[in-house]
Amino acid sequence: MTSAARAGRAAPARLAFDVERVRADFPLLAQTVANGRPLVYLDNAATTQKPRQVIDAISRFYAEDNANIHRGVYDLCERATRLYEGARIRAARFLNAADAREIVFVRGTTEGVNLVAQSFCRPRLGRGDEVVVSAIEHHSNIVPWQLICEERGAVLRVIPMNERGELVLDDLEALLSARTRILAVTHVSNALGTVNPVKEIVARAHARGVPVLVDGAQATSHLRVDVQDLGCDFYTVSGHKVFGPTGIGVLYGRLEHLEAMPPYQGGGDMIRSVSFSGTTFAAPPARFEAGTPNIAGAVGLAAALDYVGALDWDAAMMHEAELLAHATRALSAVRGLRVIGTAAEKVGVISFVLDGAHAHDIGTIVDQDGIAVRTGHHCAQPVMEFFGIPATARASFALYNTHAEVDALATAVARVREVLG
Amino acid sequence: MAELRDLYQQVILEHNRNPRHHGRPARHNHHAQGHNPLCGDHITIYVQVEDGVLRDVGFEGSGCAISTASASLMTGAVVGKTIAEAERLFHDFHAMVVDPAAPADTAKLGKLAAFAGVRGFPARVKCANLAWHTLRAALTTEGERVTTE
Repeated sequence: MTSAARAGRAAPARLAFDVERVRADFPLLAQTVANGRPLVYLDNAATTQKPRQVIDAISRFYAEDNANIHRGVYDLCERATRLYEGARIRAARFLNAADAREIVFVRGTTEGVNLVAQSFCRPRLGRGDEVVVSAIEHHSNIVPWQLICEERGAVLRVIPMNERGELVLDDLEALLSARTRILAVTHVSNALGTVNPVKEIVARAHARGVPVLVDGAQATSHLRVDVQDLGCDFYTVSGHKVFGPTGIGVLYGRLEHLEAMPPYQGGGDMIRSVSFSGTTFAAPPARFEAGTPNIAGAVGLAAALDYVGALDWDAAMMHEAELLAHATRALSAVRGLRVIGTAAEKVGVISFVLDGAHAHDIGTIVDQDGIAVRTGHHCAQPVMEFFGIPATARASFALYNTHAEVDALATAVARVREVLG
Repeated sequence: MAELRDLYQQVILEHNRNPRHHGRPARHNHHAQGHNPLCGDHITIYVQVEDGVLRDVGFEGSGCAISTASASLMTGAVVGKTIAEAERLFHDFHAMVVDPAAPADTAKLGKLAAFAGVRGFPARVKCANLAWHTLRAALTTEGERVTTE
């Protein structure tokens, strides 16, 4: 199945996708690196580059519209507030949330997970209760749960993975008990590119009365996300992984949950009234947005979502699927190279190891050709442990990458063993 | 931009392929584990110290070419040295790989001078230093675990 079809649309006929036109929107991509070679940026799972439209929106906000929000009666303040709340509406539309009040601005996916762990899960977590995560998670969807489990004497249980890097769901129900307080799972694996069958997982968890949080950090630049279709209770994303700025992200939470949850942090803008005898809290989403938020970040994120929304998404995703297929073929042809993560459903990521060459050496050597790949454990040490390797080199793609860049990577990787002698 | 051949000197590549002093010495009275959480590399250094002299040194673990060669060349360089001499080598080595301004006096470093090129690759300094930090931990506190972070 192609990404486009997976995202709930009929697979389109082959569409022309003008990658050069898209690249022209991203000023950073046009540079040459220190040795005069064009930059080949293949670390998009870490962060994506920003189109001019996003950079301009942030710059314009500070040049023309900056004021603190929700606090003044003057026109400028109202304009800034409108932009910020407009970004919330834009994010709600992007995730197909039913109501913009279900969108909480956070710093990123990590904060989204922590907010749910602390405000939703922790109060209902007792000794002997259980939290379920999966073997494929990024540390940010493991550690927040470990912290509250440790504090409360609860138990972390783990959905296993197979050697292709796919979750093994045969015995999911055996992991879900009357004591399971939440299931937290990633939509797309950052280390392997696996797309998890989140909709199915949600349905099966809900059948057991277990709420589900989905880590959407890696999904938004590759898949169309529809939180109502997925049926999840929480979905959290990072703006910078979908061509937006760093320091801004979104937590989607079903309104009934958000309304029942205590505040995450205390401060201004999250209260209804404050006195020394007691404070009453604002309704969501304000209840979870203490202090002056990242207003410019929200404006930049809205610009990024507008940018993505204006693309021919099906054509873009077809282009990405072709890139991944091409890269898998080209890299697999390199002697001694093994691709780690061969799930039937995957997007945007190729992790690999090379006989006789450590990932760090691969990273340094291909960097000499201007190629930026990630090397290491990708904040997914349990995944590395499963495969019995300390690290991988990882190329991760975005819709602005080209077949020529993939060829450059394969050529450079083929040269690694030559350099190491 | 620094050249790859400055980093991957022949002596480094050779020690990566055939590391010396690899393995746990039969007798050792100090050891420590080192960890570079950025790349997931682990190393264990074993030392037999007698009368203030490093009689035997060995290492286990695996890592990149730079960290493997560094462990191999380091163990060779410190065997037979006093703790104070090993400490001085550590300081000279450290200065050579981190200080871009001062080209260290590499003569006294012998084969370790092969790592001078690491200066041009700041992201790899930790790879070169891991074995040294671990050796130091082994000599100062028994069984401590160090990390590059």
